[in-house]
Amino acid sequence: METIITGTSGILGMAAVAAVIIGFVFVNATALGYIERKLCGHFQRRLGPMEVGWHGILQMPVDGIKLIAKQLIAPRNVAGILFYLSPLLALAPVALPLLVMPFAPRLQALDLETGLVFVLAMMSFNTFAVFLAGWSSNNNYSMIGALRSVAQNISYEIPILLSLLTVVFLARSLSLRHLVQVQEPLWFFLQHPSAAIAFIIFFIAAIAETNRSPFDLPEAESELTAGFHTEYGGIAFALFMIAEYTCMFINCCLATAVFLGGWQGLWLPLGAYGSGLVFLIKAYALMFVIIWCRWTFPRVRFDQLMNFSWKYLIPIGLGNFVLAALMTKI
Amino acid sequence: MSEPAPHTPAATRPIHYRYFMNLGPQHPSTHGVLRVVIGLYGEYVLSIEPVIGYGHRMHEKMAQSRQWHAFLPNTSRMDYACCLPHQQCYVSLIEQHAGINVPPRAEYIRVITVELNRIVSHLLWLGAFLLDLGAFTPILYCFDDREQALDILEHLTGARITHCFFRVGGVLADIDEACAERIRSFIARLRSRFAVYQKLVTDNIIFIKRTRGIGIITPDMARRYGATGPVLRGSGIAYDVRRQQPYSVYREFDFDIPTGTTGDCFDRYAVRVEEMRQSLRIIEQALDRMPEGSIRADVPRRIPLHAGHRSFSVEGARGEITYYLVADGSDIPYRLKVRSPCFSNLSLLQELGEGMLFADLIATLGSLDLVIPEIDR
Amino acid sequence: MKTYVREILSGAASLVSGLGVTLQALLSRPVTVPYPRKKIAMQPGYRGHPVLTRDFATGILRCIACGTCSRMCPSRCISVTGTQRNGERRKSPQTFVLDFSRCSLCGTCVEVCPVSGLAFSHTCGMAVRSRAACVLDLVKLAEESSCTNTVCLQK
Repeated sequence: METIITGTSGILGMAAVAAVIIGFVFVNATALGYIERKLCGHFQRRLGPMEVGWHGILQMPVDGIKLIAKQLIAPRNVAGILFYLSPLLALAPVALPLLVMPFAPRLQALDLETGLVFVLAMMSFNTFAVFLAGWSSNNNYSMIGALRSVAQNISYEIPILLSLLTVVFLARSLSLRHLVQVQEPLWFFLQHPSAAIAFIIFFIAAIAETNRSPFDLPEAESELTAGFHTEYGGIAFALFMIAEYTCMFINCCLATAVFLGGWQGLWLPLGAYGSGLVFLIKAYALMFVIIWCRWTFPRVRFDQLMNFSWKYLIPIGLGNFVLAALMTKI
Repeated sequence: MSEPAPHTPAATRPIHYRYFMNLGPQHPSTHGVLRVVIGLYGEYVLSIEPVIGYGHRMHEKMAQSRQWHAFLPNTSRMDYACCLPHQQCYVSLIEQHAGINVPPRAEYIRVITVELNRIVSHLLWLGAFLLDLGAFTPILYCFDDREQALDILEHLTGARITHCFFRVGGVLADIDEACAERIRSFIARLRSRFAVYQKLVTDNIIFIKRTRGIGIITPDMARRYGATGPVLRGSGIAYDVRRQQPYSVYREFDFDIPTGTTGDCFDRYAVRVEEMRQSLRIIEQALDRMPEGSIRADVPRRIPLHAGHRSFSVEGARGEITYYLVADGSDIPYRLKVRSPCFSNLSLLQELGEGMLFADLIATLGSLDLVIPEIDR
Repeated sequence: MKTYVREILSGAASLVSGLGVTLQALLSRPVTVPYPRKKIAMQPGYRGHPVLTRDFATGILRCIACGTCSRMCPSRCISVTGTQRNGERRKSPQTFVLDFSRCSLCGTCVEVCPVSGLAFSHTCGMAVRSRAACVLDLVKLAEESSCTNTVCLQK
């Protein structure tokens, strides 16, 4: 196992890595929550949180404390342990892909041969958790929200897979580290036109996978109720939100690693550890674009959402994939 | 057991497939206290039953039990989003009944403030409609655009929302040079903002997909239910009370009546945006041609309403507002009937909504521009 | 096929131009004011609760306690008592009770007063903890404030 924190190995090393990863998940969610609220404010020509701390910087930690302190109410007749399990099931698997993300040449906890498949497998737990939350809530409207989410997530998994397969074909590897290293001369995004198209398809499908606007029907159901997490309050709701932000972050990291050249770029002598900064800058730039899209566009109707995936993204993705395959052959 | 096709009539659908849902009376979107009992089959709406009355405040009863001049604050509270047309209707009704002539300057001021109120109401509707569709920023841009107009109205009428500004015989305050300058700068600013809305909303493919071909109201349906205002004009019928039965000084202004072609949500949206542009034209012309003179006629201290019937109609932001007075000789009306345009517009929802997707129902409900307290009075 | 491609391209272009609008908003200054740290002045014509006016020359309250405002108020929220003070022909108000929780700021009282004895103040943000605190005695308020107030409505 190729650990990264110099001088540690074995159990202590693994424990340290795990602690860093878990800490990073919560810090990331807090920072992203704050950034989102501030950006939301400024997109709407207002200021966002300003009261708690300097320019509202303590708003998210204080909100976290508030949510933890809230009473956890469960309706009668919820489906037993599953009701309490779903927030955990939403968060835990989504934190794992951080282990295989190549942040920098020496900042990767684990370099699996099939790292890409591992990441996708862990991300698909999100669908399962959302459905479980909606079903176990014993609430008609949560169930509808969960059903919509399942259909949406399943439909948008396919364009994600197709776009990533395109790049895998070009790079002939499933290991994330190798995918980044292959982009040494030029980022994939700029190398092949089919990779550029694949990037756009991946990005749109990733927004839909994480249930973000304009595809946020399961979440911001201002038409009906609060969607699948209606019956969850306090820390359970917070866990769902952290899981969503982490999911978004993982998707952006994946896009950075696979399409945007990972830790390369900026052509500064940052070294084996410092180039993690470049990776994070690129990932957060993509996060900014996702937040930007949320606060600009109205919501897509459900059947239009499915239409968009099956009639637009998948055919184009397939065509793109075939094009990439042909180009590597020729 | 095979499932019946979604478009088979509700009556023949197996009952156990249908489930009922309450939309309201507490609404996520700012329509007011409206309850809509919806029978759903999956995502398809089978039956709609609007239940109104949660906001009934007995305005018409109040009109019967107090002197006619004491009813003026009530008219401001009928439709709080656009209340000056209600005021205009009521005072014009009394003026006509009592034979009082309003000085031309007062009429021009009335027109300017009514058109400002129309713009303010349409901007509020625009923001709320887009909020229903899931876009969170345009509402704040609309509120920013409204601010200047609300400040002007606050200066003239004393309040930002429930303006009690008109009186029988004229208005309460005059538009001086400074105020006219402010109105002109507001016109210039709003004109430059239409391009922003064009890029952000009108051209946006998601918005077009959510509103084109949705909630089509045929001209026949609109006529049958007595729909008026942008709901009727979106279906292609160019009926505007300001043109058909001109009141006040609208005869002297040059403005177009925008109409739609298909009667879908997008057409109603486009009609309202164009109406804002036309209102700006009217205000500009009124400012340019404003005559000198007094802003209030000399009216006797007591005006008993001689026995008889009379009605007066104006074009409100939501449609045709009609006040019908039955007077018996005292200064307390025997009966005052208020025709609320939203009531007629809402009544076509029952027929319109059958067979729709649920998300489309929300868009259609938003595009009707309902203010429920006006329905309930 | 051609419409398919055209739809994709025009749709994408519309989305990008929409993004441009919000980016422009992001880069421009916020239009909100951090209330209550900074307050915005009310417009000159703003209607706060009615107050009694004083005569500019003599400084005496103009109100003659005739009760017209009380009779004409649509919400019936005014009650005035007045007495004839020593050596004066006119009455002066003793108490002028305005129940502001019922006042609709319609302006009838200000308008019908024969001596222009009432005007609108600029008080805003009246938050009270009991209904009783909404009931204002305008004579007391006038005695507590020392400035002369000569605002009157144009007739």
